[in-house]
Amino acid sequence: MKLYELTLTQVRDLVDKGEVKPSEVLEAVVGRIEKVEERVKAYITLTFDEAFSSVESKKLGRLSAVPIAVKDNICTKGIKTTCASKMLYNFVPPYDATVVKKMKKEGYVLIGKTNLDEFAMGSSTENSAFFTTRNPWDLERVPGGSSGGSAAAVAADMCIAAIGSDTGGSIRQPASFCGVVGLKPTYGRVSRYGLVAFASSLDQIGPITKTVEDAAYLLEVISGKDELDSTSAPVEVEKFTKALTGEVKGLKIALPKEYFSEGIDPEVKEAVLKCVRMLESEGAHVDEVSLPHTEYAISAYYIVAPAEASSNLARYDGVKYGFRAEEYTDLIDMYFKTRSQGFGNEVKRRIMLGTYSLASGYYDAYYLRAKKVRTLIRQDFERVFKDFDVIITPTSPTTAFKIGEKASDPLTMYLSDIFTVSVNLAGIPAVSIPCGMSGENLPIGLQVIGNFFEEAKILNVAYAVEKRINFRENNSPNLD
Amino acid sequence: MEYEAVIGLEVHVQLATKSKIFCSCSTEFGAAPNTHVCPVCLGMPGSLPVLNEKAVEYAVKAALALNCRINLKSIFARKNYFYPDLPKGYQISQYEEPLAEEGYIEIETEEGTKRIRIKRVHMEEDAGKNIHGEGNDPYSYVDLNRAGIPLIEIVSEPDISSPAEARLYLQKLRTIMRYIGVSNADMEKGELRCDANVSVRPKGSDKLGVKTELKNMNSFRHVQRALEYEIERQIEVLEEGGEVVQETRLWNPHLGITETMRKKEEEHDYRYFPEPDLVPLVLGEEFVERMKAELPELPDDKKRRFMEEYGLSAYDAEVLCADKALADFYEEAVKAHDNPKAIANWVMVELLGRLNKDGRSISESPVAPMQVAKLVKLIDDGVISGKIGKQLFDILYREGGDPEVVVKERGLVQITDTSQIEAVVDEVIKECPEEVNKYLAGKTKVIGFLVGQVMKKTRGKANPRLVNELLRKKLDELKG
Repeated sequence: MKLYELTLTQVRDLVDKGEVKPSEVLEAVVGRIEKVEERVKAYITLTFDEAFSSVESKKLGRLSAVPIAVKDNICTKGIKTTCASKMLYNFVPPYDATVVKKMKKEGYVLIGKTNLDEFAMGSSTENSAFFTTRNPWDLERVPGGSSGGSAAAVAADMCIAAIGSDTGGSIRQPASFCGVVGLKPTYGRVSRYGLVAFASSLDQIGPITKTVEDAAYLLEVISGKDELDSTSAPVEVEKFTKALTGEVKGLKIALPKEYFSEGIDPEVKEAVLKCVRMLESEGAHVDEVSLPHTEYAISAYYIVAPAEASSNLARYDGVKYGFRAEEYTDLIDMYFKTRSQGFGNEVKRRIMLGTYSLASGYYDAYYLRAKKVRTLIRQDFERVFKDFDVIITPTSPTTAFKIGEKASDPLTMYLSDIFTVSVNLAGIPAVSIPCGMSGENLPIGLQVIGNFFEEAKILNVAYAVEKRINFRENNSPNLD
Repeated sequence: MEYEAVIGLEVHVQLATKSKIFCSCSTEFGAAPNTHVCPVCLGMPGSLPVLNEKAVEYAVKAALALNCRINLKSIFARKNYFYPDLPKGYQISQYEEPLAEEGYIEIETEEGTKRIRIKRVHMEEDAGKNIHGEGNDPYSYVDLNRAGIPLIEIVSEPDISSPAEARLYLQKLRTIMRYIGVSNADMEKGELRCDANVSVRPKGSDKLGVKTELKNMNSFRHVQRALEYEIERQIEVLEEGGEVVQETRLWNPHLGITETMRKKEEEHDYRYFPEPDLVPLVLGEEFVERMKAELPELPDDKKRRFMEEYGLSAYDAEVLCADKALADFYEEAVKAHDNPKAIANWVMVELLGRLNKDGRSISESPVAPMQVAKLVKLIDDGVISGKIGKQLFDILYREGGDPEVVVKERGLVQITDTSQIEAVVDEVIKECPEEVNKYLAGKTKVIGFLVGQVMKKTRGKANPRLVNELLRKKLDELKG
């Protein structure tokens, strides 16, 4: 086995035992990037120099010199953080995000900053102001988004693990498209400090990894109450890896009928149900349930998220940092030109949507109503979790689509998040794992949703599936 | 027609916390531009606000001192607008659920005590400052040291009916803020800022007229002048058959007029919505009780006590209680010598007169309470006359010293030796035959002149009561 193919826990074990030198892992990963990045284009910034100069001096911690990729909307001190936007093309944060600080403390090595849809707004990375990342399984297809760069980098073995962010599915949908594991933790589980805000009440940072165990392990490192984030929860950080027994006997699994209805690719549906039947045969109880407000999730999401975004993105005004238009006549003209030239179309579309829905006279009809729908959606889940341990659904209705296929049709694009946004609106955790391959040789994602702060439970269910289907052992993208 | 004014004030008070409201930067005044800043108050991408507990304590104390009802749950909201001194493109404020509501304060008008109701008190952050280049400098600069300094906004009901009352209201607010130690509330330093809503209506009408909002009034005097001008302007418009236009107007202190700043249609739509980066502010009953217990005696309570305990008039008590240091000075003196009325006179007339003339505050007084007490005691004991008292006060103010020692050393002790005074009285009777004859002819008022002569000869040291007595006795003897 090649060193770059190792999982996080494998690298840690080998390095801890002294069987592999940190620099050897780094060299292997760098070599891999040099070989395939040209085709995949997962990275906006590569940090080889910093990585090599620091790798030997890293004190060994829980991330013993492991090369990890970080989505480029998470601040890294002294290293450009662009959000894949012209607006921040030159922005170098003077501070680390809390998750980065935590990983640094454990001896991680930053290998690079990964591509995304501009300000995390999109489902394909086609909205990146710089370039579109390719799906390692089929270079004509999108890797999903917005954390498409991180998912593609993990799938292509261009890092050992990666960090992404998820506002409406931005970790899980690309993980699903790229055949890797992606976890969106409970809102408040991981500090948002240093994550460039898209929609503050929905954003959450999480791991994108090769295995469920890696996701559990990385979550242990990045979780915890943070004094710098008032919305981070004072909840104890569990040993998530300890929960991975693979035991599902007596487990109660709910299948929401709204997630298996029309509009879903039959192959996707079949692959997910196959895994569910397998768990059932292992002693789990499976029942169909209803999450009746599911049909309003996309609408509610596209009111709440743009509204918060319109305010969060107001700071990019050309005054303090980042891009400023070159020629302007006065202050107002500077604002107009800077924001017209600095933001891409999707970002502008969402700023306008959000500005409109918050306007006085419309607030009650849109924002306030969406907030109420949000409560109903959360209550749907709470009702189900009274009787069930986890909910299983497909992560996305389809496998990875072709580059350009949906780019000109925002509504169709928005619908690719239909199975993921409800989880963000409710604030609960969910993990996507690969559960099979389509006829076109594309990975299919399965989503396990859990109650608030029950990451251990969903990770164990994911682990049970992973252990039985051996996806990684049987499938890999061919980039050689 | 006779008109009356209806005025409501919106007052911003800077809270005197050591650090800013959402970060740990210093609030120190007068530092070099942009030296008290950090990623949070600079509005850098990914930074998040964390509420300063001290600011909450101060705000709650202020609201309690204004007799408000504290809302145990209040929420922060974003007020969205673009301006270079507003780094995030929104101000974190409170909107729908403010910290406190329904209070009042009392002012002492010529017609007696008047209650002005307070609608609400909420917390918010200050913006930075734009500085425009002078002379040939075409640039504008932004100083963000002030961005994030905690403020409370105090909104009154439209209970104020004259510019003079507005001034009294503001002065009372300042007094209260200083008493409870939450702000120095100096208008000249911008620690207390005032906007006014003003309208006029026919006297006795209960319908409100169209109002204008006045801004840019930087002192008590300017508030009064601006309101006087604006009320007159509105009356003139109505008298000429016109209509007052709802708009925001700026006070121009150089021309002494108000000028249109923006019309109603040009008003911002602030698109308020709940701040998703902060959790609701939830206060415990015990916390509020503790804040209440920590409040010192408030100006109105002190005033009432002074009237009862020391038998002072409302006016005297108001003057003495307008400044806590002055009230403390007074009480310390009274404690040392129990003649509250005389001490009140000495403090208000001699001491305040002298301090005002020199532009000094009570804390800079060269005379201490004990000195005033001793001075009054010397008079009360008949050791010196009131007239000598003034001379003594002057010495104490300029040179200091123990009043008793000064009186002895400078020979200011009153002559109470009857034989000594008798000799001088005889002398005067001999030297002023004309006046003596007038007295004997029944024009007894002339005795004042004769007393004066005796006092002159004894350089003010003779006991005036004895002089009077002896003169009358001698003259009556002559008559007889």
